[in-house]
Amino acid sequence: MITESRLEKLFTDGHFVVTAEIGPPKNSNGEVVRKHARNLKNYIDGANLTDNQTAVVRLSSIAAGYHVLSEGLDPIIQMTCRDRNRIGLQSDLLGAYSLGIRNVLALTGDHQSFGNHPTSKNVYDLDSIQLIRTIKKMRDEKQFLSGEAIKEHEPRFFIGAVENPFGDPFEFRVLRLEKKIEAGAQFIQTQCIFDMERFERFMEMVRERGLHERAYILAGITPLKSAKAAKYMKNVAGMIMPDHIIERMEKAEDQKEEGVKIAVEMIEHLKAVKGVAGVHIMAIAWEDIVPVIVERAGLLPRPEV
Amino acid sequence: MIVAERKPIEEIIKMVEKHENILVLGCGGCVTVCLAGGEKEAEQLATTLRLYFQKENKQFKTITTTITRQCDPEYVKSVAEEVAKADAVLSTACGVGVQFMAENYPGKWVYPALNTKFAGANLELGVWGERCGLCGECILHLTGGVCPVIRCSKSLLNGPCGGSQNGKCEVSSEIDCAWQLIYDRLKSLNSLDLILKIQPPKDWSKARDGGPRKVIKEEVRL
Ligand code: SF4
Ligand code: SF4
Repeated sequence: MITESRLEKLFTDGHFVVTAEIGPPKNSNGEVVRKHARNLKNYIDGANLTDNQTAVVRLSSIAAGYHVLSEGLDPIIQMTCRDRNRIGLQSDLLGAYSLGIRNVLALTGDHQSFGNHPTSKNVYDLDSIQLIRTIKKMRDEKQFLSGEAIKEHEPRFFIGAVENPFGDPFEFRVLRLEKKIEAGAQFIQTQCIFDMERFERFMEMVRERGLHERAYILAGITPLKSAKAAKYMKNVAGMIMPDHIIERMEKAEDQKEEGVKIAVEMIEHLKAVKGVAGVHIMAIAWEDIVPVIVERAGLLPRPEV
Repeated sequence: MIVAERKPIEEIIKMVEKHENILVLGCGGCVTVCLAGGEKEAEQLATTLRLYFQKENKQFKTITTTITRQCDPEYVKSVAEEVAKADAVLSTACGVGVQFMAENYPGKWVYPALNTKFAGANLELGVWGERCGLCGECILHLTGGVCPVIRCSKSLLNGPCGGSQNGKCEVSSEIDCAWQLIYDRLKSLNSLDLILKIQPPKDWSKARDGGPRKVIKEEVRL
């Protein structure tokens, strides 16, 4: 244990960890987040608060993390490099830690051309690997990125990163994961998995390099709401949606139920994949379904710390 | 070279309509090569404007001339007479030329006829692509000669983002993923170890973020 993170404790104790995503609202209503947190509290071990997901302005991930925390659920705040430079990033890290947030997930962030402010100026002062290193440096070396000492109260985050086994160049993905772990990432959440074959190949390469022993890998799960959603995802950058899943969704009488079934089957499969330390459920704008999936996948009760 | 393209004519008309006598000043440098503001384009622009104002029954005269470079004091000074005769100058140079003319002719409006785009290369007939962001500290030796600062949509220095797929950038299937290009190049150069090293954050103070820059070559100064 390097940090006081409850999440880190669960991993080190060897639990199969379950996290899920909460999308903050496009307004200033913290109650939306609190409500999700209350609903999810006994079903997951940590909640990701997305940071202006797909470059759409939303309630800040740090503020949302604070709401989650006050409902007694462990927040994982996402922090993208798109919107802030190294000064803003470090300042926000201090702020988040001061509020009691102990887990942070560093990511590059979707390009702003996808969001609701496509004419904005992006930042990308640091990339995700440099951000991971910065968070580690603040914690382990008690220094800001510039080298200036943090004399006291350095933020001691449990550091996460993402990896997309479905991006290209494929052979580089595992090396990139290694780079992130090298930089200081302690847990990894993957892009949502639909192509299980490719994910298994990815995990094979992960195990070959021993990366599963150096970081906790949470496999990404997204329950599909409809065949339409599945088809849409086929065109999302960095995502592979196999045709057999689309077909299965199309044929289903109750598409939502089919989506849940697929998710549950996948989780059950993933539990047996060596090196997978848990699952991360991204039920985009469908947070209410998470308890159902967790229960049906046999992941209850959640461990106490 | 600097690549530019002409502004929409309506925009140019709005700039110059309050004047009656305009010097349309072409540039023989980059904008000639990228077919945006050389002698031919300056002439064409002047004609278009004259025809437009003629139709509007408005007094409007132009003189057109083109100098070798609008970013060079020697050439800029050579048009003093023409500038003096005109109410305003419409420059078909890049932003540098426009500013340099304005700097040299205080009290005279110098309007930009072009949108200055980027530092790029001529990829094929009629197509130019951005290649350099003039960042002040080149790292092409680390990336196999492909610039991630400007050719990766997110200026990443440590490899591709999660959106890279089939060689294309997440931003558009029209854009090559710079990191796929870098990966392929380094692989063919047997130098993949270069991208396994963690690159530290870039020193942007060498770029525009350090404020306007100057290059001084002492040995040729007077
Ligand atoms: S690294 Fe900088 S100087 Fe070199 S090509 Fe890229 S932007 Fe230009
Ligand atoms: S897809 Fe490639 S070029 Fe586009 S932002 Fe990601 S790494 Fe950069």
